[in-house]
Amino acid sequence: MSAALDTDTHIASSIRTDAPPAILLDRVNKWYGSMHVLRDVSLQVATGERVVVCGPSGSGKSTMIRCINRLEQHQEGRIVVDGHELADDVRALDAIRREVGMVFQSFNLFPHLTILENCTLAPIWVRRMPKREAEELAMHYLTRVKIPDQALKYPGQLSGGQQQRVAIARALCMKPKIMLFDEPTSALDPEMIKEVLDTMVGLAEDGMTMICVTHEMGFARQVADRVVFMDRGEVVEQGAPEQLFSNPSTERLKTFLSQILRGH
Amino acid sequence: MSDIPLNTSVAGVPEAAAPRQPPALTTGPAAWLRANLFSSWLNTAMTLVLAYFIVRYAISFVDWAFVNAIWSVPNNQTAACRALKTSPNPGACWAVITEKHRFILFGTYPYEEHWRPAVVCVLFTALYVVSAMRRFWRWELAVVWAVTLVAIGILMWGGVFGLSYVPQERWGGLPITLILATFGLAFAFPLAILVALGRRSSMPAIRVLCIAYVELIRGVPLISLLFMASVMFPLFLPEGINIDKLLRAQVAVILFAGAYLAEVVRGGLQALPKGQYEAAEALGLSYWQKTGFIILPQALRLVIPPLVNTFIGFFKDTSLVLIIGIFDLLTAGKTAVVEPAWQGFGVEVYIAISVIYFVYCFAMSRYSQNLEAELNRHRVR
Repeated sequence: MSAALDTDTHIASSIRTDAPPAILLDRVNKWYGSMHVLRDVSLQVATGERVVVCGPSGSGKSTMIRCINRLEQHQEGRIVVDGHELADDVRALDAIRREVGMVFQSFNLFPHLTILENCTLAPIWVRRMPKREAEELAMHYLTRVKIPDQALKYPGQLSGGQQQRVAIARALCMKPKIMLFDEPTSALDPEMIKEVLDTMVGLAEDGMTMICVTHEMGFARQVADRVVFMDRGEVVEQGAPEQLFSNPSTERLKTFLSQILRGH
Repeated sequence: MSDIPLNTSVAGVPEAAAPRQPPALTTGPAAWLRANLFSSWLNTAMTLVLAYFIVRYAISFVDWAFVNAIWSVPNNQTAACRALKTSPNPGACWAVITEKHRFILFGTYPYEEHWRPAVVCVLFTALYVVSAMRRFWRWELAVVWAVTLVAIGILMWGGVFGLSYVPQERWGGLPITLILATFGLAFAFPLAILVALGRRSSMPAIRVLCIAYVELIRGVPLISLLFMASVMFPLFLPEGINIDKLLRAQVAVILFAGAYLAEVVRGGLQALPKGQYEAAEALGLSYWQKTGFIILPQALRLVIPPLVNTFIGFFKDTSLVLIIGIFDLLTAGKTAVVEPAWQGFGVEVYIAISVIYFVYCFAMSRYSQNLEAELNRHRVR
């Protein structure tokens, strides 16, 4: 966790091509009423691969990653996560949710539980872990996100950046194989973005399979094995971050990049 | 990663200016009086006029209730009381309470067995007090409740342990009110939670059933439900089977309270941000784990004020069972002044009954305020 965001060195890739894909989306379609929000989205993420999804707001990127653990339901196409086909089978869904951790834009910590209880609840009740063991695990991850001393406080007593790091620790306590990040820094004050991104870089260094919806292009450059650009519900372009950012081949990505970069 | 300790101030911010004291307080009783009661000649005049009336009526109330009051009379000889009523210095005839308090509290329960309903009232009150203390909120509390309720049943009915049998028709007074309120709310509350969850279910059959229940029950007055329970329901039962009248009234009260409480609980469920549901689901919690650990604890805290509002309302609404001839506290009081010797002393009796209702309702209200402050401590930074 020593990498700083402003270095140009891309951290070593840990993609395992020998294993079956961790996540497979095959021509996924979704509508809200008559609005077509995902159009034939196909995506494969290998075990250990770090994918950054970017695109203008309303392009369906959040909807796409929320389909992966079925916070949203897709209507056409296949989604296979960690070998489980996502369908109406409740058991497959339970298995997927156990293996997929998620971090939300608005943290969504449980305000009536302490930080420690936030982290131990799911391991105790879903993983059936003994309480003592769950607490040790929680303290391990809280130490990793550098807030072990806040364990007995309530979420409302922490800053936004601290809350988001707790949310990451809470997801990690389930020992997921895959982590989904839905704009994890968008609700944060600028000075808190770095502390959250640093935590995520650390995770990427450890070889976690990640899909991350974000506008943080520095993070994408440093961490991503692949950047996926979405617009109007479609995957428009994808590739290695350097190639995509320096040589965008579509007009839509060029427009998007010029808008993003003007803001920085 | 950054070496800056994150719990200290951000580096580079200049030292803050020396803290200043807040401006001197201009309050205190004298300042408050001047600002609120005597700020202008109009306010001063109104204050004085109102103060005059308040003091005058307070004095005459004290005269009536304490100074001129008669506290007991021998052998139902109420002539002194009647004379006092029409005298220029009227006074209360508390003798009616002295004489009739056992009838008001315990109704037509056999006189020599009155210690039994008295113990029942004490048991109920003790049960409330114990349940109210957070340090007793453990699973053993359920056992305490079960044992206490069985003990209450044994005391009221008798027929075992050498206690004489007392049929339910002879029960009355405060125990009836406490039984209806306690069982009513103890069953209505869980029912309400299930119905509120059901109304938000994704299964159409359950949702329709819950909506129909709430709308049907809410759409009719409690009195008509009680009538149905006492008059119509027995018509549908086969010959020879007779369900206790109190039990039927109790079920009507439970169903009625359940519908109202369900809507209160639903309000709490709707107030929770969607993110709480999503975070619980994303962690893999099952529906009941999510509901029990995340949703209900937060939703119920949000609705403590309207919940207690409904609780208090129902505690008093139990008095409507008089309509089907059950002798609750209020009915017993009303009946106490039917006797010719004591006719006309209803005011004293109703004041006494009001005091009893007020003690229970005010206790509920105060307790809910403490509970709210206690449970919402996590919101305070």
